[in-house]
Amino acid sequence: MRSDRSTSAPPGLKIAAAGGLLFLHLPIMLIFLYAFTTEEKSYQFPPPGLTLQWFAVTWNRPDVWEALSLSVRVASIATAIALVLGTLCAAAVSQTRFFGRETISLLVILPIALPGIITGIALRSAFSMADIPFSIWTIVLGHATFCVVVVYNNAVARFRRVSGSLVEASMDLGANGLQTFRHVILPNISTALLAGGMLAFALSFDEVIVTTFTGGQQSTLPIWMLQELIRPRQRPVTNVVAMVVVLVTFLPILAAYYLTRDGDQIAGSGK
Amino acid sequence: MTAAVLFENVSRHFGAVRAVDAVDLAVAEGEFFAMLGPSGSGKTTCLRLMAGFEQPTHGHIEIFGETAEGVPPYRRNVNTVFQDYALFPHLSILDNVAYGLMVKGVVREERRKAAEDALAMVKLPGYGARRPGQLSGGQRQRVALARALVNKPKVLLLDEPLGALDLKLREQMQEELKTLQKSLGITFVFVTHDQGEALSMADRIAVFNDGKIQQLGTPEDVYKRPKTRFVADFVGSSNILQPEFVTQLGAGQQLASLRPEAIGLNSKKEGQLAVSGVVLSRSFLGASNRVTVNVGGTKLHVMSPASSPVPEEGSNVTLSFAPADLHLMETTP
Repeated sequence: MRSDRSTSAPPGLKIAAAGGLLFLHLPIMLIFLYAFTTEEKSYQFPPPGLTLQWFAVTWNRPDVWEALSLSVRVASIATAIALVLGTLCAAAVSQTRFFGRETISLLVILPIALPGIITGIALRSAFSMADIPFSIWTIVLGHATFCVVVVYNNAVARFRRVSGSLVEASMDLGANGLQTFRHVILPNISTALLAGGMLAFALSFDEVIVTTFTGGQQSTLPIWMLQELIRPRQRPVTNVVAMVVVLVTFLPILAAYYLTRDGDQIAGSGK
Repeated sequence: MTAAVLFENVSRHFGAVRAVDAVDLAVAEGEFFAMLGPSGSGKTTCLRLMAGFEQPTHGHIEIFGETAEGVPPYRRNVNTVFQDYALFPHLSILDNVAYGLMVKGVVREERRKAAEDALAMVKLPGYGARRPGQLSGGQRQRVALARALVNKPKVLLLDEPLGALDLKLREQMQEELKTLQKSLGITFVFVTHDQGEALSMADRIAVFNDGKIQQLGTPEDVYKRPKTRFVADFVGSSNILQPEFVTQLGAGQQLASLRPEAIGLNSKKEGQLAVSGVVLSRSFLGASNRVTVNVGGTKLHVMSPASSPVPEEGSNVTLSFAPADLHLMETTP
């Protein structure tokens, strides 16, 4: 029996599907809605009135800007570190055979499988044992542990598809290592790196647990939001910021999704 | 005259595996040289030693009189056509062909011109704008050839270049390669496991087995006068005669090879050796018939032209051949 594409699903299934989607996305819609409410102390439904004033209020709050700037800096630096280390590691693991290769591959992936709280505690005790003061750099290091994994996973999958003889062909045609990297390896892995980098950025941008343990006195944007929820006044400011966070993290992930999908098609057509 | 490629006692070991084991060879300039052998025989490793992808464990390699050990692939005036073609999937055909010139810093206009000429040479003019994924296997093969030749290498290395092509295309490419090599005068070193290909194309053949050269000679030499049992077996399918059998024929107690097509069926001529036997089986191969005959416990294959009569299974036949066709070999395998 072959199912016809035009055949309609039974109504029960349709309702269940709609319910599932609503369950996933309705809370996010509510966050967006409360960014426009006139009531600042509690979240009552329906909102008594709608206003755009919270955007202006948020714009003029220096603590928002500080937190946002810290988050962007941390995410950018952690992503940059992850791009370099993750790519190098992926190249080593996928292009060569050496003793302990599988172990290294596993150890690199492990941080993302570990609960954030373990990573956080481990890093915190390591930092205090080494007498390293908490700063933006300790946060960056904490984030880099899982950002490396994301880049590594993306890059290693792509490296496996880039046939080793391409590198040999390039060297054979007179290109040295640097030229081969620039003209052959990089164009073939660039979309994977872009996707991995965006994902790493997004992960770092809304990370809470590891940051709590490695951040000291500073607040990244998600931490700032947590603190803000306890405060009674100007609550919709949090919602405005939340909207921004959703957009800032959602767009790169969406872009990464489309880029890797296109990448598959490009790599496939080359075979 | 300096050899195009010279191997002196070259070995390449991978751990305990002796992929290439004390090989000596000299490829002459302008020669079409084939390295023939089964997979794992060391022929491809020899090619990679020439290209610079492998370094010898022992021994000395020269390319046109210059020491090659320690010289990376990108500083050798040698280019390779890879078995899987290894075309860059992200570049157009023209950029693929122009790649070698690009990394050498040749200006854009000049290298485009050279690449277009090279594409025309391999009969793919006007294909420059396409991507490798849009070409057929045979076309990609030609692009790989153009990409290597545009660099004007002193030696062109070809790693099973025709392996992935179907029979018709392969025969056509064999002729084209041969013509191209003659007109360019470039030394070609060619790796194959297909003995027919090696025999039809090469000026000289090195037959490899277990990392060693079993025999090095012209196609005729290798085919008609195999030195060892391995060569006789691998190059064409020869009848290998045991020393005892050879003694009965009146020759010395040595292994001998006898080509199936050198044996006549019921057609003994003056001065020929003859044995009699019983036909075990026969099969029709188109241009010829293969008849298997039992001669006192030894099975002999006979290739007889399709035009001559084929004896029934179970009938008695006389096999005859010229004494010169009985080729004695070293008894060691």
